[in-house]
Amino acid sequence: MAAVRPIRSESPEPIGLHVQAMDNLRFIRSTMETAGSFTAVPGRGGVLMGATALFAAFAAHMSANPRAWLKVWMAEALLALAIGLGFSWRKATRNSTPLLSKPFRRFVLALAPSVFAGALLTFVLYRRGLSQLLPAMWLLLYGAGITSGGAFSVRVVPVMGMSFLALGSIATLAPLSLADLLLAIGFGGFHIVFGCVIARRYGG
Amino acid sequence: MANQTGAAKATKAVKPGPTAVAGAGTRALDRIIHERLRLGIVSALSVNESLTFRELKKILDTTDGNLSVHARKLEEAGYIGCEKKFEGRLPRTEYRLTYSGRTALENYLTHMEALIHAMRQG
Repeated sequence: MAAVRPIRSESPEPIGLHVQAMDNLRFIRSTMETAGSFTAVPGRGGVLMGATALFAAFAAHMSANPRAWLKVWMAEALLALAIGLGFSWRKATRNSTPLLSKPFRRFVLALAPSVFAGALLTFVLYRRGLSQLLPAMWLLLYGAGITSGGAFSVRVVPVMGMSFLALGSIATLAPLSLADLLLAIGFGGFHIVFGCVIARRYGG
Repeated sequence: MANQTGAAKATKAVKPGPTAVAGAGTRALDRIIHERLRLGIVSALSVNESLTFRELKKILDTTDGNLSVHARKLEEAGYIGCEKKFEGRLPRTEYRLTYSGRTALENYLTHMEALIHAMRQG
């Protein structure tokens, strides 16, 4: 006679309540991080960065020499960095998420290499008297950084990055007299337009 | 109809945890958000001012029927607010977390943390 086998297989060890609770907490955290990609980039900050870039473009255009021109844009870059960080912090606080949440960390890590390369090349090119290459390089590297950072965010962010790349490509061919106009369109116009879209649709 | 069946299944999927947890010396667990999809909706809305139906569906990787049934439950409980608009000719449903929804999530988090702490000490 064949041995009688139980119909039900032996049940595995019961899952502890604390294991279930930890699983729930992990789920909440991962959902917040996925959904947080909608908020990582501050739209209102982008609008303000755009507005200051328009003033900077005007001031740079009026500057007397390349050194003064570069100083204006360097000051604008630092101001934009401060605005970007400040508004990211504001947005994270308002949405009760940590500033260094995964989506924000990813965005910063993807953007940082381009910003570093841009800063280093700015110094090198200026020292070698090749300042005329700076506008195209800034637009291209910023576009590359935003596009890769935006790969982890909502679609509007990589679209903004690609717009900068396209404008940077145009800048490589455009005469130097149009440099400030192109920078105003990119760092001013694009930031304002895309910033408004992000602010309106993705929580500020 | 098929969607409603799916939603019903998902609702049944609530584990028997609450009763046991309530008996563990802590206050009663909020059954409304102690369900994966509803917990997901509340968590996603807690980090956004508002999200559309489509965005929530994408984040939570669920079906239209499931999402609408569970969103309605949260709405009935007063945990989320829902606004229906038109963008051109397309309808757009937007959800927001209410004050009581945020409080419920905070209480739920506290509850889970307390449970883990109690189990570790025990």
